[in-house]
Amino acid sequence: MEAQSGAARTVGGGLPAWALGLIPLVLIAAAIGAFALLGGPGLGERSGPPVEEVTVERTVLHPGTIELTLRNDGPDPVEIAQVAVNDAYAPFSTEGDREIGHLGATTLKVDYPWVEGEAYEIFVLTAAGGTIDATIPVATETPETDLSFYGLMALLGIYVGVIPVSLGMLWLPFMRRLGSQWIGALIAFTVGLLAFLAIDAGLEGLEIAAEAPAAFGGASLVFAGGLAAYLVLAAIDAWLEGRARRQPAAAGAPPGAAPAALAPGPYLALLVAIGIGLHNLGEGLAIGSAYATGALALGAFLVVGFAIHNTTEGLAIVAPLRGGGEGGTEGGALGIPRLLGLGLIAGGPAILGAWIGASAFNPSVAALLFGVGVGAIVRVIVQIAPSMRDGHGRLLHPLSVGGMLLGIALLYVTGLLVTV
Amino acid sequence: MSAPTEEPDSGRRNGLSRRRFLGGAAAVAAPAAIGLGSLVAAESQPQRAAAETLAHGGHGAGGAHAGHSAFPHAAFAKDRRVDHARNGFHPTELLRDFDYGTTHRLPSGRVVREWELVAQDREIEVAPGVVYEAWTYNGRVPGPTLRAREGELLRVRLVNASEHPHTIHFHGVHSAAMDGMPGIGEAMGGGQIEPGESFTYEFDASPFGVHLYHCHVAPLASHISRGLYGAFIVDPAQGRPEADEMVMVMNGFDTNFDLANEIYAVNTIGFHYIDEPIVVGRDELVRIYVVNVLEYDPVNSFHVHGNFFHHFPTGTSLTPSELTDTIIQGQAQRAILELRFPYDGDYMFHAHVSEFAELGWSGFFRVGDPAKLAAADAAALYCELPWGGGVRS
Repeated sequence: MEAQSGAARTVGGGLPAWALGLIPLVLIAAAIGAFALLGGPGLGERSGPPVEEVTVERTVLHPGTIELTLRNDGPDPVEIAQVAVNDAYAPFSTEGDREIGHLGATTLKVDYPWVEGEAYEIFVLTAAGGTIDATIPVATETPETDLSFYGLMALLGIYVGVIPVSLGMLWLPFMRRLGSQWIGALIAFTVGLLAFLAIDAGLEGLEIAAEAPAAFGGASLVFAGGLAAYLVLAAIDAWLEGRARRQPAAAGAPPGAAPAALAPGPYLALLVAIGIGLHNLGEGLAIGSAYATGALALGAFLVVGFAIHNTTEGLAIVAPLRGGGEGGTEGGALGIPRLLGLGLIAGGPAILGAWIGASAFNPSVAALLFGVGVGAIVRVIVQIAPSMRDGHGRLLHPLSVGGMLLGIALLYVTGLLVTV
Repeated sequence: MSAPTEEPDSGRRNGLSRRRFLGGAAAVAAPAAIGLGSLVAAESQPQRAAAETLAHGGHGAGGAHAGHSAFPHAAFAKDRRVDHARNGFHPTELLRDFDYGTTHRLPSGRVVREWELVAQDREIEVAPGVVYEAWTYNGRVPGPTLRAREGELLRVRLVNASEHPHTIHFHGVHSAAMDGMPGIGEAMGGGQIEPGESFTYEFDASPFGVHLYHCHVAPLASHISRGLYGAFIVDPAQGRPEADEMVMVMNGFDTNFDLANEIYAVNTIGFHYIDEPIVVGRDELVRIYVVNVLEYDPVNSFHVHGNFFHHFPTGTSLTPSELTDTIIQGQAQRAILELRFPYDGDYMFHAHVSEFAELGWSGFFRVGDPAKLAAADAAALYCELPWGGGVRS
């Protein structure tokens, strides 16, 4: 023991801490450099034919042409040779190089007289004779991403995001009339809603990740996004709490108040709004990309369905504003502009999501964003769940369980209206 | 195909109507390809337009059936071509390339005809930019078209320079030891021929007709689809009427080894005869030896536009069985087709299994004035028959 600690004292004893931190990095860089310079000594040539893993990231249809954006997911470069649409070779041109490097992308513009409403199976033949398959389930023209298109997507986002969420918040006066014994049930109802959203968004994120290049992480992006969102929100929370402790007067809370007092109604409502907002970003993304690929018919039925579905989200935001036992005074402190602000935070991201989804849909980014939504919602659940406690401090009691089940059932039923 | 057609009764040797047709073809093509100014020029110089149409083709850029559609027919990407020189064979030359081998006479006077086929592995470009690890006879796919005359004694030496065992299995009448079948004839040095080994198959040229040969080593579908096959023609003792003869081996390539073909063709390169139409003389007898060696698909077919042909199944009878414009062939089925094109212009031929046609198995016949064609390079492709008949000299 003594000899070891003696050696530890000797090695780098006279060096500053930053140098000690730097030395391993320098050695690693030198080793990598030498390894690369010597061409990987001892490893020899690769065995077997090149690995070709290419994913189709995006399909754009215009009259007479089909555009495919391909991303090379594999370790070896892939050269695109020919393209066949529905078992017929078709002339095409490439933007940039025919050869796609590792993680590189290229866009093929295929001349093909596709017909609205038909399905197309495409195979791209590589120089090595391998095939990359792409499917267009229902061919429809990809909308031009001009100003009017962004306007349409914004309108869509407002219809399915801002308006229904805001409408849902109109239940606030009703909830204020409810007896204080219902508070726990209301919060439980919100938790149920949020839990359903989290599961739904998580599954959708995983579904999208399955189509994304594995090299960018695939399904792990959903989990990474979720974890990151959870941790960032937790850090913000801790920071706010710390600030409130230092400036008790500014926070409007009595000195030495319990942490629970630092998460009053409006703050919880804001958290719920942020969580739902991040969820709606993903939802907007899905709607936008589905619209752009023709998988989504913008019928009144769908918009109405989304509106009903998302109205419940508004309900979730205002539930914490019902406040503590004093007849919802915290909620009363919030004026109409602030309530509208909450609605915008929760519903507005649907607009942004629709824009991104329709114009620059990327499965990897979408999977990450869905994960972020899930993480945010889970964090919100963790924060508001304590408010479900009954007089005996129990989290799960008949009223709270009933509330959660009702929340889950309501989202499930309204979700049937909006299956994209 | 937007080219206006002549009235049948206007006389197919009528120079005026022919000029009108060719000028018309150029006029249809011109607006799309070169604009209105050229349209006027084309009309004022019908002769030149006619010559250009013959020289550059009635399709593609400036062609007779381009202009109306950006997608007149399925095709490969336009910006690259197969490197035939690197492949070591050219489908246009292969079409009329008959391998008569070398001959000598036995004291009895009987002709002995001999060939040497080398089985070798070779990368070939089967479509522009698509490289396939083929197994070949003599470095080409299909292998050489072996041609003999009924009654001759044939000797075919197989040298296996491939990394895999191979055989040559001839469709014909022969003894079991000469069948190219693994497990049979090993005592005589036959059966499966291992890498580095060789064997000489010996049999009589019988019966006359169009046949085929292929490797018979298991797994069979793999050895055949890799490219080990070729046409084997036995001419009747009295020969056939003089004709412009060509071989079309209907094949395909499973480039990703999923037991389905990605590319279909006659003579290996998809769409080749669209890029380089087969030039034939108007009113001349055309004889096509069609052999289906396609793996993984149960049937293949041959169809020609604007014409009918006499169908001689397996070529074993001198009397045609049918006058038709479409035939269906199962694997290893083959036939001789005879036809004459009465009108100038481009006539498509393709598998009437449309999927195959659009995955490469399509081409054009370009029909023109025989006098002009005789002077053209195409004439150089014609072969000389050792017994002086059969093909135009």
